[in-house]
Amino acid sequence: MKQVVIIGNGISGITAARNIRKLSDLEITVISAETDYFFSRTALMYVFMGHMKFEHIKPYEDWFWKKNNINLINAYVNKIDVSEKKLYLSGAGSIEYSILILALGSVTQMFGWPGQDLKGVQGLYSYQDLVLMEENVINVKHAVITGGGLIGVEMAEMLMTRGVHVTFLVREKGYWQNLLPEEESQLVSRHLRSHGVELKLESELEKIIGDENGHVVSVKTNHGEILDCEFVGLTAGVKPNIKLLEETPVETSKGIMVDSYLETSVEDIYAIGDCAEMRMPEKGRISIEAVWYAGRMMGETIAHTVSGHKTAYKPGKWFNSAKFFDIEYQTYGNVGNVLHAGEDKFYWEDASGTRCLKLVFDKETNILKGINVFGLRMRHEVCDRWLRENRTIFYVMEHLKEADFNPEFSSKFDREILDKFNDGGFGTEVVLRKNQSVLSKFLGF
Amino acid sequence: MKQSNMEFIRKAGLVVFMTGMVVFLASFFLAKYSYTPEIVDIHVHEAEQNLLLKKELEPNEGRINNSNISYVKMLSDAIAKVNKIQLEKYTINNIDINNIINRSKDLKFSLSLADSVFAGNSLEVVFKRESFTAYGGWLDDREFDSQASMKEVLSGIAANISRYEISGKKGFDSYRTKDLKYALTKAASVGPVRDHPLLFIFLTFGLCIIGAVIYLLPGIKELPGIKNDHIFNNSMTSRGWLGILTGSFLIIFYILLYYLPEYMTNWIIMVDPLSMALKGSEAGRFFLYGFIYTLAILVMGVRMMIKYRGNTYQQIRTVSVMFFQTAFAFLIPEILLRLNKPYFDFKNIWPLDYDFFFDNSLNQLLAGGTLGIFMLGWGISLIIIGVPVMVYFFGKRWYCSWVCGCGGLAETLGDPYRQLSDKSLHAWKIERVVVNSVLVLAVVMTAGVLYTYWTGSSQIAGLNTYSVREAYGFWIGAAFAGVVGTGFYPLMGNRVWCRFGCPLAAYLGIVQRFKSRFRITTNGGQCMSCGNCSTYCEMGIDVRWYAQRGQNIIRSSCVGCGICSAVCPRGVLKLETGTEKGRFGKPVLLGNDSFRDSS
Ligand SMILES: Cc1cc2nc3c(=O)[nH]c(=O)nc-3n(C[C@H](O)[C@H](O)[C@H](O)COP(=O)(O)OP(=O)(O)OC[C@H]3O[C@@H](n4cnc5c(N)ncnc54)[C@H](O)[C@@H]3O)c2cc1C
Ligand code: SF4
Ligand code: SF4
Repeated sequence: MKQVVIIGNGISGITAARNIRKLSDLEITVISAETDYFFSRTALMYVFMGHMKFEHIKPYEDWFWKKNNINLINAYVNKIDVSEKKLYLSGAGSIEYSILILALGSVTQMFGWPGQDLKGVQGLYSYQDLVLMEENVINVKHAVITGGGLIGVEMAEMLMTRGVHVTFLVREKGYWQNLLPEEESQLVSRHLRSHGVELKLESELEKIIGDENGHVVSVKTNHGEILDCEFVGLTAGVKPNIKLLEETPVETSKGIMVDSYLETSVEDIYAIGDCAEMRMPEKGRISIEAVWYAGRMMGETIAHTVSGHKTAYKPGKWFNSAKFFDIEYQTYGNVGNVLHAGEDKFYWEDASGTRCLKLVFDKETNILKGINVFGLRMRHEVCDRWLRENRTIFYVMEHLKEADFNPEFSSKFDREILDKFNDGGFGTEVVLRKNQSVLSKFLGF
Repeated sequence: MKQSNMEFIRKAGLVVFMTGMVVFLASFFLAKYSYTPEIVDIHVHEAEQNLLLKKELEPNEGRINNSNISYVKMLSDAIAKVNKIQLEKYTINNIDINNIINRSKDLKFSLSLADSVFAGNSLEVVFKRESFTAYGGWLDDREFDSQASMKEVLSGIAANISRYEISGKKGFDSYRTKDLKYALTKAASVGPVRDHPLLFIFLTFGLCIIGAVIYLLPGIKELPGIKNDHIFNNSMTSRGWLGILTGSFLIIFYILLYYLPEYMTNWIIMVDPLSMALKGSEAGRFFLYGFIYTLAILVMGVRMMIKYRGNTYQQIRTVSVMFFQTAFAFLIPEILLRLNKPYFDFKNIWPLDYDFFFDNSLNQLLAGGTLGIFMLGWGISLIIIGVPVMVYFFGKRWYCSWVCGCGGLAETLGDPYRQLSDKSLHAWKIERVVVNSVLVLAVVMTAGVLYTYWTGSSQIAGLNTYSVREAYGFWIGAAFAGVVGTGFYPLMGNRVWCRFGCPLAAYLGIVQRFKSRFRITTNGGQCMSCGNCSTYCEMGIDVRWYAQRGQNIIRSSCVGCGICSAVCPRGVLKLETGTEKGRFGKPVLLGNDSFRDSS
């Protein structure tokens, strides 16, 4: 029988395994060196903060894998022999495959900063990083985090629950400005500061300074400023984990190169998730999408191909979400950090400065291109439909309520948003659809 | 406010709270017990028993007992002695039975025989005659085939009389004994609590409330947003030693309350002045319980309001349970009593309110005039109309997390423990079997009780309806709902009773599962399997299981507390009551077009 071997038990590898099991009765083996069982990487922070224990971030109970006849091996794959179709494992011999799926994930991006190997200096990606962070945080009063992305904010939030003062070095003029537009970036920056994070904008790490025991004592910024600290978080992004492929014919660039069927340059070897780099990404998508959802969708797709229904990977409309301390963020479609040619925008922010809505649309046709929303929840299905159906922003404004996904009794902002929109000089005046009467709402007419 | 100031205020609050707790616990021991014959006069009105009991207790007159344990033992012994004396005096013995048999012609029994054997005016024979008529009336004119069989039947009657009638009428049966021990202990208690109850209310409840408020208030200064930091690092909320200690305390409290109230009289004496003010009579144990219960919901309700600032659903829901507990469960029933009306909790629904159809409750309502009849009608329409209609429109949450008293305590006092519920598939299987069995049991028990009410017969298929209802009260009503239900908060989460035991929840749940508009909608493909929702679901629902496959969550046990939605960091979950259409839609994870057309 065909033996499908998957390296990596993250979201992409595990989704592939689960879906192959649903679609076929191929033999499935998942090899991973990080943990015995699949866990949610995105939830590591909650374990550190004491919201959950590690067992809670395992999405499936331990019996699940055996019951579904998915073999799990906890081992490190040292080497792939492509011609023999064989993998060599640390300690546990070798294993043959008919089909190999590489779901290797990412590793923390290190830029070769002087002192990056000192004690108390670390990134945050793996379970081992979490364990290390527990050790490193003991007796820490000050921490410096460098790199203004999502993981950095998470790290700041984690450290602050242990009473650590956090200084956050951000290269741009505002937090995450290589992705977020100015207004949103300001909103988040304000929020971080209100929580007591010391944001140092337009600052970069130059070197990390240690003491005689090899432990970090301070960092030096590009402005020559010395910041005392006992902990340094390196969160300037992640990069595909491709070390395993170094001595193989599998073609790599930044990531493992795959075609639209997620197949690598070597037959019967596929790559999915963070480690995959699309040769020709779909329009509006980038070649490496190191996010949870992309990993999951690639896993679903590859399962079809492996199970005999060759299927091209076609992600739909882009979406993503995150949370910055207390502020939730969702995005649908494409909102760049700056407007592209021919684009216009509508922006609303509430009086407290913790909620906002941004719509980007085509200047000519008024067709919606993307939505950013902070501090409010929107309905994925509705936003997705607007984008697919090429709705104009007037339509969107008129139907805004349909996308409301906030908990019941939440304050309503549609009136306020609409007023702002009508004042914005976009041409057509939009009238709010009449409220249903309480009775008809109750009876559901 | 600076972090350190806040910490200081919190600590101060904690110290005040703990002081109140310590005084409360100490007051348990702060009494001596002095027996006087007058207290028997107050509580035992039957002349015969009164004299006997006083005689038994006489040697203790004027003696001060330092501990309630020895005092209660003394009472128990005396009561047992009285029962023994009475049993010897009134038992229909072998000689009596042989007399009846000997006088019978052709082994035919008739009541007149018994009357002739028990002729006379002395207390014993009057009792024997009357009780034999009552217990043996059905045998009138029965013919037997042998002396032996006649003797066997008559002895059986005599045994029943000894068992039920003598202790009930001439001595003290188990109910009475329990009440009496409690009443005589309470009346005999002397000491600082008796002398200064108001001072002690302040030093216990007062300090606890003040301390709790001081502890909670700095939270207002924090930014809104739900902080579950350190819940699993704190021994109180992660089944550590503090949690186990708290659980043990609650369990002991409930055992005292339900089974050994005579040991907690000092606490009840403390709230006597409140009870007098409210309903014009002394407090009983359930007044104390209601008082503590309401306080717990109010104080911890304030905590909820602060913790869930920024989530209006949580805040309104919390105000709602605070209101229903204070007004409907605590104040209105007591005021009704003061007005000489039947005690009635308008929001309690059978079968949670398992004694609604008991003969004493029914009789009380039927004797309560128009109001009583209205109450009866109200209670019944809640069961047959209120529940299905409301659940159809709103889901079972309208009751379980907005109105119910058990739910109210779980959502306030129990909120810090919600994460301790078991989410495994295994637990779900056990839950379904157990909770539905309790529902069946409650229905069967009530059917039996009503059968007895209409027909007067207490035997069905070899079961005694009184024993069944007594067992239900003991095991389900007290042990499961009380001792386990609340005592296990820090061990198994705050909804152990609601999830595994509550028959009303089972009923509401069946409606919710099969005929309701309520659902928790999953937001397209936004779930990232973090597990916050499942962890904080007090009903142990593995919410993530559904969310991560893009499926709506429709579970009979969901009480609609909305916490899963509140804690989800990606805005994936929304409690909704739209239309029934599409509730059980096919799971879809939005965002992947690869096989959009093929599926
Ligand atoms: C702290 C943090 C927060 C995040 N938050 C979000 C978020 O909010 N939203 C979002 O969309 N994304 C988020 N991400 C990104 C997201 O977690 C990743 O995109 C996703 O987990 C990648 O999944 P994957 O299956 O491709 O790889 P991984 O989950 O990295 O799995 C790869 C596995 O393969 C193993 N492996 C690699 N090489 C070998 C080998 N040679 N032998 C054996 N095993 C091997 C690794 O040990 C690892 O266990 C976050 C990431 C981090 C670190
Ligand atoms: S599923 Fe959500 S709303 Fe329902 S009981 Fe659990 S946490 Fe509460
Ligand atoms: S809390 Fe939200 S994101 Fe996390 S598992 Fe639950 S639904 Fe998914």
